[in-house]
Amino acid sequence: MDRAIAVDIVKACLKEGLEQAGTPVERIDEDTVIVGPSAVLDSIGVVSLIVDIEQRLQMDHDVAVTLASEKAMSQKNSPFRTVGVLATHIIDSIEQGEAA
Amino acid sequence: MSERQVMIITGTRKGIGRHLAETYARRGFIVEGCSRGDAGWEAENYTHHNVDVADEKQVRTMVAQVAKRHGRIDVCLNNAAVASMNHVLLTPAKASNRMLEVNVTGTMLFCRETAKVMMRHKYGRIVNFTTIVAPIALAGEAVYAASKAAVVTFTRILAFELGQWGITCNSFGATPIMTDMIRGVPQDKIDAVVNNLAVKRLGTYEDCSNVTDFFISRSSDNITGQVIYLGGVT
Repeated sequence: MDRAIAVDIVKACLKEGLEQAGTPVERIDEDTVIVGPSAVLDSIGVVSLIVDIEQRLQMDHDVAVTLASEKAMSQKNSPFRTVGVLATHIIDSIEQGEAA
Repeated sequence: MSERQVMIITGTRKGIGRHLAETYARRGFIVEGCSRGDAGWEAENYTHHNVDVADEKQVRTMVAQVAKRHGRIDVCLNNAAVASMNHVLLTPAKASNRMLEVNVTGTMLFCRETAKVMMRHKYGRIVNFTTIVAPIALAGEAVYAASKAAVVTFTRILAFELGQWGITCNSFGATPIMTDMIRGVPQDKIDAVVNNLAVKRLGTYEDCSNVTDFFISRSSDNITGQVIYLGGVT
Protein backbone atom coordinates (compact mmCIF):
# COMPACT_ATOMS: atom_id res chain seq x y z
CA MET A 1 0.00 0.00 0.00
CA ASP A 2 1.18 3.49 -0.83
CA ARG A 3 1.79 5.78 2.13
CA ALA A 4 -0.39 8.51 0.59
CA ILE A 5 -3.34 6.09 0.69
CA ALA A 6 -2.64 5.36 4.35
CA VAL A 7 -2.60 9.10 5.09
CA ASP A 8 -5.95 9.52 3.32
CA ILE A 9 -7.46 6.64 5.30
CA VAL A 10 -6.29 8.10 8.61
CA LYS A 11 -7.58 11.55 7.66
CA ALA A 12 -10.96 10.21 6.55
CA CYS A 13 -11.44 8.08 9.68
CA LEU A 14 -10.32 10.91 11.95
CA LYS A 15 -12.64 13.39 10.23
CA GLU A 16 -15.56 10.97 10.60
CA GLY A 17 -14.72 10.27 14.25
CA LEU A 18 -14.48 13.95 15.12
CA GLU A 19 -17.75 14.72 13.37
CA GLN A 20 -19.50 11.89 15.19
CA ALA A 21 -18.13 13.19 18.48
CA GLY A 22 -19.46 16.65 17.64
CA THR A 23 -15.96 18.14 17.68
CA PRO A 24 -15.00 18.68 14.03
CA VAL A 25 -11.75 20.54 13.32
CA GLU A 26 -11.14 22.93 10.45
CA ARG A 27 -8.09 21.24 9.01
CA ILE A 28 -6.57 17.78 9.31
CA ASP A 29 -3.04 17.27 8.05
CA GLU A 30 -0.11 14.98 8.80
CA ASP A 31 0.82 17.03 11.86
CA THR A 32 -2.62 16.81 13.48
CA VAL A 33 -2.05 15.39 16.97
CA ILE A 34 -4.02 12.24 17.87
CA VAL A 35 -2.35 11.23 21.15
CA GLY A 36 -0.72 13.50 23.73
CA PRO A 37 -1.00 17.17 24.68
CA SER A 38 -3.26 19.14 22.30
CA ALA A 39 -4.68 15.91 20.89
CA VAL A 40 -7.93 16.24 18.97
CA LEU A 41 -9.32 12.98 20.43
CA ASP A 42 -9.91 11.61 23.91
CA SER A 43 -8.72 8.10 24.82
CA ILE A 44 -11.94 6.39 23.71
CA GLY A 45 -11.83 8.38 20.51
CA VAL A 46 -8.37 6.95 19.83
CA VAL A 47 -9.68 3.40 20.39
CA SER A 48 -12.51 4.05 17.94
CA LEU A 49 -10.13 5.54 15.39
CA ILE A 50 -7.74 2.58 15.48
CA VAL A 51 -10.59 0.07 15.15
CA ASP A 52 -12.16 2.10 12.36
CA ILE A 53 -8.88 2.20 10.43
CA GLU A 54 -8.34 -1.56 10.90
CA GLN A 55 -11.87 -2.26 9.70
CA ARG A 56 -11.54 0.05 6.69
CA LEU A 57 -8.23 -1.57 5.70
CA GLN A 58 -9.88 -4.98 5.97
CA MET A 59 -13.15 -4.21 4.23
CA ASP A 60 -12.03 -1.78 1.52
CA HIS A 61 -8.46 -2.91 0.85
CA ASP A 62 -8.47 -6.56 1.97
CA VAL A 63 -5.58 -5.85 4.31
CA ALA A 64 -5.61 -7.55 7.70
CA VAL A 65 -3.45 -5.73 10.18
CA THR A 66 -3.32 -5.28 13.96
CA LEU A 67 -2.29 -1.71 14.63
CA ALA A 68 -2.26 -2.16 18.40
CA SER A 69 0.30 -4.95 18.22
CA GLU A 70 2.49 -5.89 21.15
CA LYS A 71 5.45 -4.16 19.52
CA ALA A 72 3.47 -1.00 18.80
CA MET A 73 2.10 -0.76 22.33
CA SER A 74 5.54 -1.13 23.90
CA GLN A 75 7.22 1.62 21.87
CA LYS A 76 8.55 4.62 23.78
CA ASN A 77 6.86 7.03 21.38
CA SER A 78 3.27 6.21 20.49
CA PRO A 79 2.87 5.10 16.87
CA PHE A 80 -0.54 6.83 16.99
CA ARG A 81 0.66 10.30 17.99
CA THR A 82 -0.03 12.18 14.74
CA VAL A 83 -1.77 11.50 11.45
CA GLY A 84 1.57 11.19 9.66
CA VAL A 85 3.15 8.92 12.28
CA LEU A 86 0.08 6.68 12.30
CA ALA A 87 0.12 6.44 8.50
CA THR A 88 3.77 5.37 8.62
CA HIS A 89 2.89 2.84 11.33
CA ILE A 90 0.16 1.40 9.09
CA ILE A 91 2.63 0.90 6.25
CA ASP A 92 5.22 -0.63 8.61
CA SER A 93 2.61 -2.97 10.12
CA ILE A 94 1.47 -4.13 6.69
CA GLU A 95 5.05 -4.75 5.57
CA GLN A 96 5.88 -6.64 8.78
CA GLY A 97 2.73 -8.69 8.37
CA GLU A 98 3.68 -9.57 4.81
CA ALA A 99 7.16 -10.53 5.93
CA ALA A 100 5.85 -12.72 8.76
CA MET B 1 -25.30 -6.02 3.98
CA SER B 2 -27.37 -8.97 5.10
CA GLU B 3 -30.92 -8.23 6.25
CA ARG B 4 -30.81 -11.09 8.72
CA GLN B 5 -28.95 -11.15 12.02
CA VAL B 6 -25.50 -12.69 11.87
CA MET B 7 -24.28 -14.79 14.76
CA ILE B 8 -20.91 -16.32 15.57
CA ILE B 9 -20.82 -19.32 17.89
CA THR B 10 -17.61 -21.01 18.99
CA GLY B 11 -17.30 -24.70 19.74
CA THR B 12 -20.12 -25.89 17.50
CA ARG B 13 -18.97 -29.39 16.64
CA LYS B 14 -21.02 -30.95 19.43
CA GLY B 15 -22.83 -30.40 22.71
CA ILE B 16 -24.25 -27.03 23.68
CA GLY B 17 -22.56 -25.22 20.80
CA ARG B 18 -24.09 -27.50 18.21
CA HIS B 19 -27.52 -27.19 19.80
CA LEU B 20 -27.30 -23.40 19.76
CA ALA B 21 -26.04 -23.32 16.16
CA GLU B 22 -28.82 -25.61 14.95
CA THR B 23 -31.47 -23.74 16.95
CA TYR B 24 -30.57 -20.27 15.74
CA ALA B 25 -29.94 -21.40 12.15
CA ARG B 26 -33.42 -22.96 12.16
CA ARG B 27 -34.86 -19.68 13.40
CA GLY B 28 -33.36 -17.81 10.46
CA PHE B 29 -30.15 -16.38 11.89
CA ILE B 30 -27.07 -16.60 9.70
CA VAL B 31 -24.87 -18.73 11.93
CA GLU B 32 -21.12 -19.03 11.50
CA GLY B 33 -19.54 -21.53 13.85
CA CYS B 34 -16.16 -22.99 14.52
CA SER B 35 -14.25 -25.81 16.10
CA ARG B 36 -10.74 -27.14 15.69
CA GLY B 37 -11.92 -29.81 13.25
CA ASP B 38 -14.77 -30.31 10.82
CA ALA B 39 -18.26 -29.99 12.26
CA GLY B 40 -19.39 -33.38 11.02
CA TRP B 41 -22.90 -32.02 10.50
CA GLU B 42 -24.57 -29.50 8.22
CA ALA B 43 -27.58 -27.22 8.35
CA GLU B 44 -29.18 -24.54 6.26
CA ASN B 45 -27.96 -21.07 7.31
CA TYR B 46 -24.89 -22.59 8.98
CA THR B 47 -21.27 -22.23 7.87
CA HIS B 48 -18.43 -23.96 9.64
CA HIS B 49 -14.86 -22.76 10.08
CA ASN B 50 -11.93 -24.85 11.31
CA VAL B 51 -10.47 -22.53 13.92
CA ASP B 52 -8.51 -22.90 17.14
CA VAL B 53 -10.05 -20.14 19.27
CA ALA B 54 -6.72 -19.56 21.01
CA ASP B 55 -5.00 -18.77 17.71
CA GLU B 56 -5.14 -15.02 17.20
CA LYS B 57 -4.53 -15.11 13.47
CA GLN B 58 -7.16 -17.78 12.85
CA VAL B 59 -9.74 -15.87 14.90
CA ARG B 60 -9.02 -12.63 13.05
CA THR B 61 -9.31 -14.35 9.71
CA MET B 62 -12.62 -16.00 10.55
CA VAL B 63 -14.22 -12.84 11.90
CA ALA B 64 -12.95 -10.82 8.93
CA GLN B 65 -14.42 -13.38 6.52
CA VAL B 66 -17.80 -13.26 8.26
CA ALA B 67 -17.81 -9.45 8.32
CA LYS B 68 -16.85 -9.26 4.68
CA ARG B 69 -19.47 -11.81 3.61
CA HIS B 70 -22.40 -10.36 5.55
CA GLY B 71 -21.36 -6.79 6.39
CA ARG B 72 -22.38 -7.21 10.02
CA ILE B 73 -22.05 -9.33 13.15
CA ASP B 74 -24.88 -9.00 15.66
CA VAL B 75 -24.24 -11.77 18.15
CA CYS B 76 -21.24 -13.67 19.47
CA LEU B 77 -21.72 -16.71 21.71
CA ASN B 78 -18.41 -17.80 23.22
CA ASN B 79 -19.09 -21.41 24.06
CA ALA B 80 -15.82 -23.16 23.15
CA ALA B 81 -13.95 -24.49 26.15
CA VAL B 82 -11.69 -27.25 27.30
CA ALA B 83 -11.65 -28.87 30.71
CA SER B 84 -9.22 -31.18 32.41
CA MET B 85 -10.66 -32.54 35.59
CA ASN B 86 -7.89 -33.37 37.95
CA HIS B 87 -6.75 -32.79 41.46
CA VAL B 88 -4.57 -29.69 41.32
CA LEU B 89 -1.64 -31.73 42.65
CA LEU B 90 -1.90 -33.85 39.52
CA THR B 91 -2.47 -31.08 36.99
CA PRO B 92 0.33 -30.57 34.45
CA ALA B 93 1.25 -27.00 33.53
CA LYS B 94 0.54 -27.78 29.89
CA ALA B 95 -3.07 -28.72 30.67
CA SER B 96 -3.45 -25.62 32.83
CA ASN B 97 -2.06 -23.34 30.12
CA ARG B 98 -4.29 -24.85 27.47
CA MET B 99 -7.41 -24.25 29.60
CA LEU B 100 -6.43 -20.62 30.11
CA GLU B 101 -5.60 -20.18 26.42
CA VAL B 102 -8.84 -21.62 25.13
CA ASN B 103 -11.25 -20.53 27.84
CA VAL B 104 -9.90 -17.06 28.61
CA THR B 105 -7.77 -15.92 25.68
CA GLY B 106 -10.05 -17.56 23.13
CA THR B 107 -13.05 -15.77 24.61
CA MET B 108 -11.16 -12.48 24.69
CA LEU B 109 -10.07 -12.81 21.05
CA PHE B 110 -13.59 -13.42 19.76
CA CYS B 111 -14.99 -10.61 21.90
CA ARG B 112 -12.30 -8.25 20.62
CA GLU B 113 -12.66 -9.06 16.97
CA THR B 114 -16.46 -9.26 16.83
CA ALA B 115 -16.81 -6.07 18.89
CA LYS B 116 -14.77 -4.22 16.28
CA VAL B 117 -17.43 -5.10 13.72
CA MET B 118 -20.36 -4.51 16.11
CA MET B 119 -19.04 -1.03 16.97
CA ARG B 120 -19.58 0.19 13.43
CA HIS B 121 -23.29 -0.58 13.67
CA LYS B 122 -23.65 0.52 17.30
CA TYR B 123 -25.23 -2.80 18.16
CA GLY B 124 -24.06 -6.13 19.49
CA ARG B 125 -24.79 -8.98 21.86
CA ILE B 126 -21.97 -10.98 23.43
CA VAL B 127 -22.61 -13.96 25.68
CA ASN B 128 -19.64 -15.69 27.30
CA PHE B 129 -20.08 -19.14 28.75
CA THR B 130 -18.95 -19.83 32.27
CA THR B 131 -19.83 -22.65 34.68
CA ILE B 132 -21.43 -23.20 38.03
CA VAL B 133 -18.33 -25.07 39.21
CA ALA B 134 -16.66 -21.70 39.82
CA PRO B 135 -19.18 -20.34 42.37
CA ILE B 136 -19.70 -23.75 44.00
CA ALA B 137 -15.90 -24.27 44.20
CA LEU B 138 -16.01 -27.84 43.01
CA ALA B 139 -12.95 -29.86 44.04
CA GLY B 140 -11.19 -31.43 41.07
CA GLU B 141 -11.85 -28.55 38.73
CA ALA B 142 -9.65 -25.82 40.17
CA VAL B 143 -8.03 -24.55 36.98
CA TYR B 144 -11.12 -24.98 34.82
CA ALA B 145 -13.22 -23.13 37.40
CA ALA B 146 -10.56 -20.43 37.72
CA SER B 147 -10.52 -19.93 33.95
CA LYS B 148 -14.30 -19.58 33.91
CA ALA B 149 -14.26 -17.19 36.89
CA ALA B 150 -11.86 -15.13 34.82
CA VAL B 151 -14.39 -15.13 31.99
CA VAL B 152 -17.04 -13.68 34.32
CA THR B 153 -14.77 -10.86 35.51
CA PHE B 154 -13.60 -10.20 31.96
CA THR B 155 -17.20 -9.98 30.77
CA ARG B 156 -18.25 -7.60 33.53
CA ILE B 157 -15.47 -5.19 32.61
CA LEU B 158 -16.04 -5.70 28.88
CA ALA B 159 -19.62 -4.57 29.41
CA PHE B 160 -18.33 -1.22 30.66
CA GLU B 161 -15.79 -0.89 27.87
CA LEU B 162 -18.25 -1.64 25.07
CA GLY B 163 -21.51 -0.27 26.45
CA GLN B 164 -21.13 3.07 24.72
CA TRP B 165 -21.37 1.34 21.35
CA GLY B 166 -24.62 -0.46 22.10
CA ILE B 167 -22.89 -3.77 22.77
CA THR B 168 -24.08 -5.83 25.74
CA CYS B 169 -21.85 -8.46 27.35
CA ASN B 170 -23.14 -11.13 29.70
CA SER B 171 -22.11 -14.49 31.09
CA PHE B 172 -24.06 -17.68 31.50
CA GLY B 173 -23.26 -20.70 33.64
CA ALA B 174 -25.21 -23.88 33.04
CA THR B 175 -25.69 -26.71 35.49
CA PRO B 176 -24.11 -30.04 34.42
CA ILE B 177 -25.38 -31.23 31.06
CA MET B 178 -24.56 -34.70 29.79
CA THR B 179 -22.04 -33.58 27.16
CA ASP B 180 -18.67 -35.11 26.34
CA MET B 181 -17.07 -32.61 28.69
CA ILE B 182 -18.49 -34.25 31.79
CA ARG B 183 -18.84 -37.80 30.52
CA GLY B 184 -15.62 -38.75 32.28
CA VAL B 185 -16.75 -37.34 35.63
CA PRO B 186 -17.79 -40.07 38.13
CA GLN B 187 -21.57 -40.36 38.50
CA ASP B 188 -21.47 -39.90 42.29
CA LYS B 189 -19.72 -36.58 41.80
CA ILE B 190 -22.35 -35.38 39.32
CA ASP B 191 -25.12 -36.58 41.66
CA ALA B 192 -23.56 -34.64 44.53
CA VAL B 193 -23.53 -31.45 42.48
CA VAL B 194 -27.12 -31.92 41.29
CA ASN B 195 -28.36 -32.70 44.80
CA ASN B 196 -27.03 -29.37 46.01
CA LEU B 197 -28.91 -27.40 43.38
CA ALA B 198 -32.22 -25.68 44.02
CA VAL B 199 -33.64 -27.51 41.02
CA LYS B 200 -32.34 -31.05 41.35
CA ARG B 201 -31.88 -32.15 37.79
CA LEU B 202 -29.25 -32.10 35.08
CA GLY B 203 -29.30 -29.14 32.74
CA THR B 204 -30.62 -29.36 29.21
CA TYR B 205 -29.66 -27.76 25.94
CA GLU B 206 -32.96 -25.91 26.01
CA ASP B 207 -31.99 -24.38 29.38
CA CYS B 208 -29.03 -22.83 27.56
CA SER B 209 -30.90 -21.43 24.58
CA ASN B 210 -33.52 -20.04 26.96
CA VAL B 211 -30.87 -17.89 28.62
CA THR B 212 -29.14 -16.89 25.38
CA ASP B 213 -32.55 -15.93 23.93
CA PHE B 214 -32.95 -13.48 26.80
CA PHE B 215 -29.46 -12.03 26.53
CA ILE B 216 -29.47 -11.59 22.75
CA SER B 217 -32.96 -10.13 22.52
CA ARG B 218 -33.07 -6.62 21.07
CA SER B 219 -35.14 -5.69 24.13
CA SER B 220 -32.23 -6.64 26.43
CA ASP B 221 -30.27 -3.52 25.60
CA ASN B 222 -30.05 -2.56 29.28
CA ILE B 223 -29.03 -6.05 30.43
CA THR B 224 -25.25 -6.09 30.54
CA GLY B 225 -22.39 -7.12 32.80
CA GLN B 226 -24.61 -9.79 34.32
CA VAL B 227 -24.09 -13.45 35.01
CA ILE B 228 -26.90 -15.97 35.13
CA TYR B 229 -26.31 -19.34 36.74
CA LEU B 230 -28.89 -22.06 36.45
CA GLY B 231 -30.22 -24.24 39.23
CA GLY B 232 -30.24 -21.63 41.98
CA VAL B 233 -26.48 -21.15 42.09
CA THR B 234 -25.36 -17.59 42.82
